[in-house]
Amino acid sequence: MMSDRNDNFAPLGNCRSIRLAEIPELPFDRFADAIVSRTAAGQRVCAFFASAGKASGSTRLQVVIANDDEDSLAVGCCSVSGPAFESITPACPQVHLFEREIAEQYGLKPVGHPWLKPLRYQRSWTDRDAWDRDRGAAILPGVGDFFRVEGDEVHEVAVGPVHAGVIEPGHFRFQCHGEKVFHLEIALGYQHRGIEEALAGGPDRRSIHYAETVAGDTTAGHATTYCQVVEALSGYRTTVHSHIVRGIALELERMANHVGDLGALSGDVGYLPTASFCGRIRGDFLNMTALLCGNRFGRGLMVPGGIGFELDAPRAGELLARVETAEREVAQAVNLLWDDQSVMARFEDTGPLPLETARELGVVGVAARASGLERDVRYNHPTGIYRYVQIPVSTYDTGDVFARAYIRWLEIQQSVTFIKERLRSLTPPSPAPGIGPLPPDSLAVSLNEGWRGEICHVAMTGPGGSFSRYKIVDPSFHNWYALAVAMRDQEISDFPLCNKSFNLSYCGHDL
Amino acid sequence: MIETAIHILLLALFPPLLLGVINKTKAVFAGRVGPPVLQSYLDIAKLLRKGMVLSSTTTWIFVAGPLVTLSAIAGAGLLIPIGAFPAILAFKGDFLLFAYLFALARFFTTSAALDTGSSFEGMGAAREVTFSVLSEPALFFAFLVLARISSSLSLDSMLRVPALGLAVGTTAPLVLIALGFFVVLLAETCRIPVDDPATHLELTMIHEVMVLDHCGPLFGVILYSAALKLFLLGAFFLHLVAPYSTGNPLIDWPLFAAEMLALCVVIGVVESITARLRMRRVPYLLVSAILLCGSAFILLVR
Repeated sequence: MMSDRNDNFAPLGNCRSIRLAEIPELPFDRFADAIVSRTAAGQRVCAFFASAGKASGSTRLQVVIANDDEDSLAVGCCSVSGPAFESITPACPQVHLFEREIAEQYGLKPVGHPWLKPLRYQRSWTDRDAWDRDRGAAILPGVGDFFRVEGDEVHEVAVGPVHAGVIEPGHFRFQCHGEKVFHLEIALGYQHRGIEEALAGGPDRRSIHYAETVAGDTTAGHATTYCQVVEALSGYRTTVHSHIVRGIALELERMANHVGDLGALSGDVGYLPTASFCGRIRGDFLNMTALLCGNRFGRGLMVPGGIGFELDAPRAGELLARVETAEREVAQAVNLLWDDQSVMARFEDTGPLPLETARELGVVGVAARASGLERDVRYNHPTGIYRYVQIPVSTYDTGDVFARAYIRWLEIQQSVTFIKERLRSLTPPSPAPGIGPLPPDSLAVSLNEGWRGEICHVAMTGPGGSFSRYKIVDPSFHNWYALAVAMRDQEISDFPLCNKSFNLSYCGHDL
Repeated sequence: MIETAIHILLLALFPPLLLGVINKTKAVFAGRVGPPVLQSYLDIAKLLRKGMVLSSTTTWIFVAGPLVTLSAIAGAGLLIPIGAFPAILAFKGDFLLFAYLFALARFFTTSAALDTGSSFEGMGAAREVTFSVLSEPALFFAFLVLARISSSLSLDSMLRVPALGLAVGTTAPLVLIALGFFVVLLAETCRIPVDDPATHLELTMIHEVMVLDHCGPLFGVILYSAALKLFLLGAFFLHLVAPYSTGNPLIDWPLFAAEMLALCVVIGVVESITARLRMRRVPYLLVSAILLCGSAFILLVR
């Protein structure tokens, strides 16, 4: 749209950096209008966050918008001087959690936000508090207002934060009418560790390890994204070999988790054969990652500037053989699901997320593709090896549990093909120059398609070239609300199945 | 006398083995080694040695629940003939007592669940009661068929009907009630496709969620009662599908045990090759059981 071109957002490629001075600072009205008109035109918000402004007491709002149709990103910023700003959520629902985050982190109140409550139950980074809470009072996760449906026949079911299985903590409040769910509200924050705060002032030796542990099951995804944002800032180009190994690690991570999810979905409906086989095969994929770097989750594999462990020919051959074995076994285990009527009866029409809702909420990853959105960073905004090798985007149109399961199966097959091709024509390692210092007063954005969906890291450097603000957006941050919406009018007994089909990260959300 | 002793010994010692066989079958289908066949005995023994935590919101009903349930089901165990051997107690109309001892057990299990005040347990109790309302008519149609054919109102002679040989007019009704009763068996013993005894997901449970707050010896009692219920309904079912006997007790007792274990393998296979039904669809399955048993009765009296 023409208006996009004139809204003074600065264009930016994925894994490219820009001087902060080159991003025009807009008045708030024009900033908000640009976000609303761009999202209305089908673009989406990758990140929307605050950082300390230039003048004391002022706050800088920064937005990263992705235009998936034109494969481009845009960054915009504005400065807010007071303790409040006009909420954009009523016109653009996908920023609702971002605004709650801004309110919590910077004590900046989005006036007119429809459901303004704390996000992670953490203390404000400034001396303001959006809820005017006493500074000394403890802030307990999950304590506060919840949406309630009143009526004699309505009952409330509270699940968590302690669950019967060994999973992460989260609190779920259902408003039910018999078995039917009217509304689900999800309260998270139990896993908040303060990663963004800890990364500010970096990069230092610890930074990469923070990135690796943003979400333990997405180690390769977050670590790669972190490395790419640092490399983008310093204008560094890593070797082709590093790109390939990173790509292999990302796809192994995707396969391990997708296989594990298909097994868990099968287990949730009580269908044993696939559940057991997939549980074991997931371990095989994790062991392949261990073959790359000695760690089953890929810790230590990514380092800014390249990779920690080069892949030599004998290990590449071994990996290829293991992938080929796993490929056969996965096909046997997973195809049982699609052939079994009783499983399909459970998967189909359960927890549907309509295309339009998915678009409005800015859903990413498997969930978005299952609802028919062609959203895949590897395709829309390719970086690293994906710039040279395209992986076809797998989409489906029903948006139900079946679609989310089936997309996983399609992606496993694409990943197998990708890895086999890379291993058969592996570019040998070449010497890489060391990475230099970061430039001052710059910003870089790095997007990657983790197995759950789009991982977004935004780094801003201060005058000394160290991080003044580091923003992480895990795909779960976009998708948790979609799970709540998908549960409306569903049976409460289908919640575990629906939840598993999204399989979102608690710690990735809580940071 | 010796038959009565064996009957009681079987009731006391045999049921946990059934759970072990089902779990072993499921493990084999899943390509796993699985827990030992005798694991349920070890579990119950372990639970009986443990201490108990009682929620402060509960009353005596919470403790009475498992105990009354056990007594009721054990009482029902005296009314049913096992294999070729007569029931310990038999009188006119005892099938009503048999059915309502199960209902009494259910009443106390659900009351103990409601006693905790937990929304999960309330949901489980609601589901249990809803589904049992649908399985009871199927059971009673089966009773009617058996009573009509045997012209008797005592379980002991009603369940002898299939063993007496199949007549032209009674074969079809007996096959139909066997099918319908198998559904009732799966529903009442909380097996897939109605319930999943292995799940850890509270929101999907029926029976398991009602006993979430029980622990230690009380939970041991619950596990044993569940196994005993499976044993009794299994013994009932075997009369319908495998009414064989040789007249020699030395062969007939092992024969019964072998049939029972084979039935467990069948249940394990059903659990392995099907997924659970969606909660909303469970009533359809139970209504189909009513229709099977009801049509059997209509065929018989037309």
